[in-house]
Amino acid sequence: MSAFLIRRTVHSLIVLFVMSIVIYGLIGLMPGDPIDLMISADPKITSEDAARLRAIYGLDQPLWSRYANWLGAALTGDFGYSRLYAQPVWQAIWPALSNTLILLITSLALALAIALPAGIFAATRPYSLADYGINLAAFAGISMPPFWLGILLILVFAVTMGWLPAGGTADSAGVTGLWERLQYLILPVTSLTLAGVGGHTRYMRASMIETLRQDYIRTARAKGLSESRVVLGHALRNAMIPVVTVIALDLGVLFSGALITETVFAYPGMGKLIYDAVMGNDYNLALVGLLLATALTLIGNLLADVTYAGLDPRISYEELDA
Amino acid sequence: MSNRATLAFETPARALLDRFMRHRLAVASAIVLFVLVVLSLLAPLIETLLGVDAEAVDLFLRYAPSSSAHPLGTDELGRDVLVRLLYGGRVSLFVGLTATIAAAIIGTAVGLGAGYAGGRIDAMIMRVTDGVIALPVLPLLIVLAAVDLGKLGLSASLLGSENISLYRIIAIVALVGWTTVARLVRASTLSLKTRPYVLAARAQGAGARRIMLRHILPNLASPIIVATTLSVGNVILLESVLSFLGLGIQPPLPSWGNLLTGAQETIWESPGLAFYPGLLIFVTVISFNFVGDGLQDALDPRARDRRAADRH
Repeated sequence: MSAFLIRRTVHSLIVLFVMSIVIYGLIGLMPGDPIDLMISADPKITSEDAARLRAIYGLDQPLWSRYANWLGAALTGDFGYSRLYAQPVWQAIWPALSNTLILLITSLALALAIALPAGIFAATRPYSLADYGINLAAFAGISMPPFWLGILLILVFAVTMGWLPAGGTADSAGVTGLWERLQYLILPVTSLTLAGVGGHTRYMRASMIETLRQDYIRTARAKGLSESRVVLGHALRNAMIPVVTVIALDLGVLFSGALITETVFAYPGMGKLIYDAVMGNDYNLALVGLLLATALTLIGNLLADVTYAGLDPRISYEELDA
Repeated sequence: MSNRATLAFETPARALLDRFMRHRLAVASAIVLFVLVVLSLLAPLIETLLGVDAEAVDLFLRYAPSSSAHPLGTDELGRDVLVRLLYGGRVSLFVGLTATIAAAIIGTAVGLGAGYAGGRIDAMIMRVTDGVIALPVLPLLIVLAAVDLGKLGLSASLLGSENISLYRIIAIVALVGWTTVARLVRASTLSLKTRPYVLAARAQGAGARRIMLRHILPNLASPIIVATTLSVGNVILLESVLSFLGLGIQPPLPSWGNLLTGAQETIWESPGLAFYPGLLIFVTVISFNFVGDGLQDALDPRARDRRAADRH
């Protein structure tokens, strides 16, 4: 178990390292460089000044040596300054990270709380009216453009009804109190939850239908167990195995959804931070933001692998590794 | 002889069509898609018939309500919404189809190669594929969309083309969209390559290339077609998201995604502008998903028979 964890962690670190090279390279390909931005801000800078500044900041060096410098500094905990926020990158990211985690965890929990029962319910009465209804709703959910869903929610609940704020957070509006804070969360959380529910429902339904076809389910029924014991006691655990894998693989998708939701609702999370950093040429911030997003997804995948082996005793950690 | 004609067995194509026709939602969706494609293709004709110009700005006619001249009203620059939507449809559907096909070709090549080679090559390729699937794609795509193509050394004439945002988005989407097809093709290849007919071909001295392209690939047609149809919807969604964020199709070229970019600011003046483009994306994507579902039933009768068995 611990050997498995160590090996998987090392594996994730390697992926993170490779991604840091890829992302650094991509950001190097973004338009302009920090000195160009200084020039556009201060027309008095001469081309000699610019060349001197480039030398000071090491921007005249080739990409790989700049990357090596960055990595050296990053490993000592120095990620540089954010241009947009005028503070160390880490300080700019910290509040955004906690905002995003609140959004992601609440939405994922809610989505699963709806999707798993709905999927199981549909699977136990396949091709009934209820199953068709659930299936149709799930199809609608996965086909909905996530940003449009956000806009529709704003249209209905903020513009027409006027019940909830159209975006931002309690802090940006200068209000306090628990209910006020919650009000700003309702629409983003609803939007992200609805974006995920459809897919999870379909996976749960398909997996449960497949499981209920197994011989040991027939045995359980033959023993005279009640249908709920058969489904919840015997089938559920096995049916959950592929679902857990899919949920883990979807963490990247969930993060992408968070980026859209945060942009639509002006919610100050990691997704919006990355988007603003890329649009505003804040290279340091974009780099660390992207790496953190990648790291979060990798951690999620690692957790899922552990859960996966926990759910299915037939799978040993050694086998998972092979 | 006439008897024989009436008693003729169903041809495979006929049987396929019959099975597809049984999925009523899929048939309805196929019709919807057909209508959308035809209307988009006829956009210039409809423009002429209505007597409007899609790019004509009329600041005295901003946010006009629907009228006989402008069936869906006008936008923030006084342009006709209906015609802009149809032109946007051309772009969104074109990007959706071409990027999906490009992704399917990459995915098929990767999956076929990995599955047939097996062993270490297979393990390595699949690890990369899993890595790509697990990544937070959208944040990475945003950087990719922001990359200065000039720094990549592309020719100036290509960069100056007004369709550059179109080519760029097709390339970007194809670059991340191949994974589903690759996994599917690889799984099927692993099982197909052990079939007796493949062994027979090898015994006759057929090379790896010939076995892959002539013997295995044709038998992969069904899963590839189904997966490709199902991913058109996702590709259209991805294009619309990137365009919405200002990183995909660049105005004045309209796409359903970028028509929604400004919609949030004008939501108070004209809610319709925020509604129609999204509705068209939604209807298109759900239709492609239903058609894919129907094709799955039609192309894999065993899956459908299992479904029938579940009913009892």
